[in-house]
Amino acid sequence: MQHPTLSLGTIDYAILVIYFLFVLGIGWILKRKVKGSSDFFMSGRSIPAWVTGLAFLSANLGAQEVIGMAASGAKYGIMTSHFYWVGAIPAMVFLAIFMMPFYYGSKARSVPEYLKLRFDEKTRGFNAISFAVMTVFSSGISLHALARLLELLLGWDYNFCIFVSASIVLVYIFLGGLTSAIYNEVLQFFMIVLGFAPLVYLALKDVGGWDVLKQKLIPVATSQGFAPGTWVNSWQHVGTPSSNPMGVEWFGMVMGLGFVLSFGYWCTDFLVVQRAMVANSMSAARRTPLIAAFPKMLFPILVILPGMIAIAMHQASGGHLLPMGADGSPDYNMTIPVLLARYFPAGLLGLGFTALMASFMSGMAGNVTAFNTVWTYDIYQTLRRSSGKAELPDSHYLAMGRFATVAGIILSIGAAYLARQFNNIMDMLQLVFGFVNAPLFATFLLGMFWKRTTGHGAFWGLLGGTLGAALFHGFALSQGAHPGIKGGWITPEFMFHSEMAQNFWMAIVAWSSCFVLTFIISLATKRNKTDAELTGLVYSLTERPKAEIEAWYKRPLVLGIIVLAATLILNILFW
Amino acid sequence: MNFDLRLPIGLMFSLFGAILVVYGFLSDKAQYARSLGYNVNLDWGLFLLGFGALMLVLALKSRKDS
Repeated sequence: MQHPTLSLGTIDYAILVIYFLFVLGIGWILKRKVKGSSDFFMSGRSIPAWVTGLAFLSANLGAQEVIGMAASGAKYGIMTSHFYWVGAIPAMVFLAIFMMPFYYGSKARSVPEYLKLRFDEKTRGFNAISFAVMTVFSSGISLHALARLLELLLGWDYNFCIFVSASIVLVYIFLGGLTSAIYNEVLQFFMIVLGFAPLVYLALKDVGGWDVLKQKLIPVATSQGFAPGTWVNSWQHVGTPSSNPMGVEWFGMVMGLGFVLSFGYWCTDFLVVQRAMVANSMSAARRTPLIAAFPKMLFPILVILPGMIAIAMHQASGGHLLPMGADGSPDYNMTIPVLLARYFPAGLLGLGFTALMASFMSGMAGNVTAFNTVWTYDIYQTLRRSSGKAELPDSHYLAMGRFATVAGIILSIGAAYLARQFNNIMDMLQLVFGFVNAPLFATFLLGMFWKRTTGHGAFWGLLGGTLGAALFHGFALSQGAHPGIKGGWITPEFMFHSEMAQNFWMAIVAWSSCFVLTFIISLATKRNKTDAELTGLVYSLTERPKAEIEAWYKRPLVLGIIVLAATLILNILFW
Repeated sequence: MNFDLRLPIGLMFSLFGAILVVYGFLSDKAQYARSLGYNVNLDWGLFLLGFGALMLVLALKSRKDS
């Protein structure tokens, strides 16, 4: 089968245009509310919890989520849900209950700024710079993926797609700042849910329902040499890496994905944490990740299930649903476009297509707002202050924020073209980001829960963890890969079943080396902050948030327990 | 204080719902073969209309209260 092409009619374009008018309109209306830099970067800390919660989730809905998770659903089956039930929910609950009090209570304006308050300037600098570079490239990758998809599906011109999507994101962030990004993320959340729900319904109905789907997934598994239930059991086949398509065993899964990577992302990545930091109260900030966790828990239905249905139908039709990729296996990334073209008539197609575009743009906007904040507060303002220049009025920082938004968008466009030209550069960069990010959670864990952790310990521990990751990469390789960018460039000493398993173990190594190094160096160096300075930043020196006199459904602990219990039940149901 | 986000959400989805409902009535029924015979524009349009209206009602109600 050829690549699917979508032909949009007048009504579909009408829906697309109306959506973008609303997106830009929100930016326009919010422009009046932006009076100072704290409005632009932190929404004046005035956003209610349900809005920050849905934005928290939506900011994470980058290019990967809809297209990529459906692809993984087809490629790996229900095991993909581990990215949600193991790799997201527990970390989101931990962030809400244990970490949010310090982020929000410290009045830090960004995650790097928390590192400065807790440790020192060099730790902040390391985090701020690596994060700023990373956001620009992630935003560029989102942009590139969107433009390439539109080029493929609709035959639109690549340059035109880049220009239009980047301009829309630029305009609404430039006008309304973070509030505008957050409001639009919520709009995008509803678009994605309401745009894809009918697709899942129709596809599931067509395949014959869940029980028939389970039957039809048996040959998918057996034809690849796995046990019959591999595509519909999330835990039964993770005993050894060779018995499941991910090539991962349970320990690497739980420790690598569930602990290191997941907590490292959800609890320390400013892109998502920023949404919670601007909530209108401590209680709202703590509820933010929990409100996000409920829909996150159910997202597999929306994004993984369609992939499972598509691969079942692909197999049953003798390989005539998904287009073939260059390497002779199905092009899994085409899952959602194929289903859209197959089931949606004109009208609904416009809605589904707009939802798809929205998911890419929310990923991009989230990165841009995180970038302009970190640039302005953590890099620009810090450099000015440390060089002893006179403090400038607030309006200067507001202007700088708008300038950084323009610069961030231009850099993203550059990154998008770079991604188009040199695929390897992007692989390389993502690899390096992996090295930098994997150890970060060890620094936060020690910093927040052990007052003895010192600035030197944190900085050198982070650096050591990063180097540990790079070194491990030099010794590790996955089956079938050639030594080089995929690993093993020193000598392929450790062989893994899959690249994913290799990544999970790299994260475990990075985290452990950072943890041990930070611990030892902290003991060997003098504390650089007194107890008084650390109040509000470290667990043992901070008063617990008072027993809140709130309805039970607003209490973080209660919500956290409910969402964890529900996740546990889901894991058992689809064991 | 920022404006109530439920207002644009409600407006937009009511509008989408209305467009799909009208289109569902007017469009050629043959194209619904692909959606398993359901007139999904009509059905989902009604749902969106309901969702949008609910958002609007909630937004207007809280405006009245405050």
